[in-house]
Amino acid sequence: MLKYLFVIWIFFVIVGCSQGESRVAEGNRLGILHIGNGAEPSSLDPQVATDVSSAQIMQAIHESLITLNPENLNPEPGIAESWEINEDGKVYTFKIRQDGRWSNGDPITVDDVYWSFSRYLNPALGNPWSYMLFPVVNAERYVSGEIDDFSQVGFEVIDENTFQIRLRNPTPYFLQLIAHSSSAIVPRKVIEEYGSPTARYSQWTRAGNMVGAGPFILERWDISQPIVVRKNPNYWGADRIKLREIWFHPIENGATEERLFRAGQLHISGGIPTDKIPAYEDSNSPVFHSQAYLGTYYYKVNTTRPPFDNVKVRLALAMSIDREAITERVMQRTGSPAYAFVPPGTLGYQPPKTFDYDPEIARQLLAEAGYPDGEGFREFELMYNTSEGHRRIAVAIQQMWKRELNLDVTLANQEWKVFLDTMDNLDFDIARAGWIGDYVDPLTFLDLSTSANGNNNTGFADPVFDRMIYEYVPSAPTERERLERFYEAEEYLMQRMPIIPLYTYESKYLMAPSVKGVYPNIRKLINYRYVYLEDQ
Amino acid sequence: MLRFIAGRLLQAIPVLFAVVTITFFLVRAAPGGPFDDEKAVVPEVRAALEAQYQLDQPLHRQYFSYLGDLLRGDLGPSFKYPGRSVNEIIAAGFPVTAELGIYAILVAIMIGGVAGVTAALRPNTLQDYLPMSAAMIGICMPAFLLGPLLLLIFGVKLEWLPVSGWGQLSGDKLLPSLTLGTAYAAYIARLSRGGMLDVMTQDYIRTARAKGLPEHIVVVKHGLRAGFIPVVAFLGPAFAGILSGSFVIETVFQIHGLGRFYVQAAFNRDYTLIMGCTLFLSVLIILFNLLSDIVAAWMNPRLRAQVGGGRRK
Repeated sequence: MLKYLFVIWIFFVIVGCSQGESRVAEGNRLGILHIGNGAEPSSLDPQVATDVSSAQIMQAIHESLITLNPENLNPEPGIAESWEINEDGKVYTFKIRQDGRWSNGDPITVDDVYWSFSRYLNPALGNPWSYMLFPVVNAERYVSGEIDDFSQVGFEVIDENTFQIRLRNPTPYFLQLIAHSSSAIVPRKVIEEYGSPTARYSQWTRAGNMVGAGPFILERWDISQPIVVRKNPNYWGADRIKLREIWFHPIENGATEERLFRAGQLHISGGIPTDKIPAYEDSNSPVFHSQAYLGTYYYKVNTTRPPFDNVKVRLALAMSIDREAITERVMQRTGSPAYAFVPPGTLGYQPPKTFDYDPEIARQLLAEAGYPDGEGFREFELMYNTSEGHRRIAVAIQQMWKRELNLDVTLANQEWKVFLDTMDNLDFDIARAGWIGDYVDPLTFLDLSTSANGNNNTGFADPVFDRMIYEYVPSAPTERERLERFYEAEEYLMQRMPIIPLYTYESKYLMAPSVKGVYPNIRKLINYRYVYLEDQ
Repeated sequence: MLRFIAGRLLQAIPVLFAVVTITFFLVRAAPGGPFDDEKAVVPEVRAALEAQYQLDQPLHRQYFSYLGDLLRGDLGPSFKYPGRSVNEIIAAGFPVTAELGIYAILVAIMIGGVAGVTAALRPNTLQDYLPMSAAMIGICMPAFLLGPLLLLIFGVKLEWLPVSGWGQLSGDKLLPSLTLGTAYAAYIARLSRGGMLDVMTQDYIRTARAKGLPEHIVVVKHGLRAGFIPVVAFLGPAFAGILSGSFVIETVFQIHGLGRFYVQAAFNRDYTLIMGCTLFLSVLIILFNLLSDIVAAWMNPRLRAQVGGGRRK
């Protein structure tokens, strides 16, 4: 037996690798930030990548016309040093800075800017983000191939440092779209050097090939290894940049990430495993951070299938869910109860609360719909994509519907892609969904339930609601009036309940006290231009 | 011998062809595609994406063009990781899988060998029954059960060892290697026990003992050499099995080896990556089986005559 232990011990010694000074301490000393970055990033091409872990890195290595202040998400100068919006809110004029340089030292010209947007919308590239710029004149027609002359789209070079964008309608959130990571300005010369500019699998994003306009420059990117970016000395605002390097560590497992953080290997974690949250919360740990996030977890109801075509049934289902119990007990406060679709605090917008947890009224509604005490209601299926977290919530709701309404629900789960296929074919009764806003405006949530939206997937098609979103809201004379009209539209939507909101996402993560310049915001945006490390 | 090897390699060609064909059509038959995502893209964009990867062409044409690329050694671009080729992902993932496999084999040989020899020294006593029952449990226990079990005990409850990763935290290579090696350790224990039992009753062992050699030298120097032959023969298929079996381990422990990319590729419908991994592993399994046949033939004169062909006539 001793032999065994000895063998195992030797093995442990050989395999185990020990580290001296912790990465965090060393990072604080040298100005190197270590971030837990979730899954392996798919791509670092702004017009190709759609995943969150890629976006985090692209924030550092690319730059758009404008950037966002991390504290209040207000627009700040980027490649454009200033901008003007005309009176009717439809023409945006940007002054391109003269001292802008690519990371290889070449000047950033207005032609680069124009070319970047032409690539953005080029139908051959298949940019998944292209819908974001549909507010621009003729952009949608160009993407759909209706017109093939890019000069007809609302982008224009006025002179060598003036760039203009014309919109179809006033779009108050348009600057956010321009600041989005997908709208980054990309280097034409370099991209063309590595083959077709519309090829997704181009090699220009490799470390060594990559040239960017961002405050940092890609230094190392090997599969499954930390991605390293270092300060770009050619960046126009290089004086302000305090970090020397950022290491993005691909770590998918939350428990591992948390241990790495505790071991002093990471400055910032992407999240925290749910079961660890209470301990951090109860001890008021200074490294624990929690903030509202621009996302909603909800259930889609297939409104084309009886008995769910009856609005009273949908309302009864929504009102018999005890959301407090779910967020408190099932989810360990990783979310807050939602009674509307738009998360509270979206650009100053507070959503309506048209209903509450009220089993009594829910039973009444169900009886009015013809199913007193659930009698005659067919057994139905609650569908979710395979995951332990979704299952736990579904089980809780299954019990609530049984207890309050006496309805028999079976749970079904499907592998992700099969699940998406099922959604597209409307082949479900009720299904789990989540939505993260693309930009901070109620529209990114509310247009989801319009009849033509590709992500609607509920069969809900209401011309009145469509008109509210596409005509009534945009014609609002002031921004305040616009939000009030959104409020009305959301009230209307929630009275019809094609989607049952459950909770608003909250992001919880760990951050070392030495990290400064990271602010809580609803987008969970870290602007690395502001971040610095304090050497203790 | 050369003829034997050439024959086996020729046999491998139709096998690989069948693997490619079946996999190709099976993955296409699965619901959903590489560009389905939570946020549905505009139809025109989707069409453009599919056109970039020739998914808009008829299936048979895609198949033949894939075969054409394959003959040139090109496994195509990955769908999920634009800018990365499948060849490159395999090249990045395989060393990790191979390292895990080597540790697992070492674990298996060390634990299995010690257990088997210990058991063989005192057959039909407690010293035999105990390790052999443990081996039986080891064989019966699937890795997807043993892995989480070890994780729960050493990772979550005791917090002695990391729960996932590879080379990120000290000691994180231990649990995966142990989990993957255990089932094979059990086989090796049984094989080495059998081998040793055979050998230890041989005349030359009695001679060695008669010379007055201490028992441990008899066992280690004279016994093991012959007693381990069945184990050596088993190592080839075992290593092939470990490489393909490491998917489960890599998924449980979230190790960025080939197995994990393979499993993720299936979830992502990353067609080319699924094909590439399947093909690569098939080739490995064929090669390791061939290798173990060659080693077995080399060790066993009777078999050697058989595969040598001509001489037997």
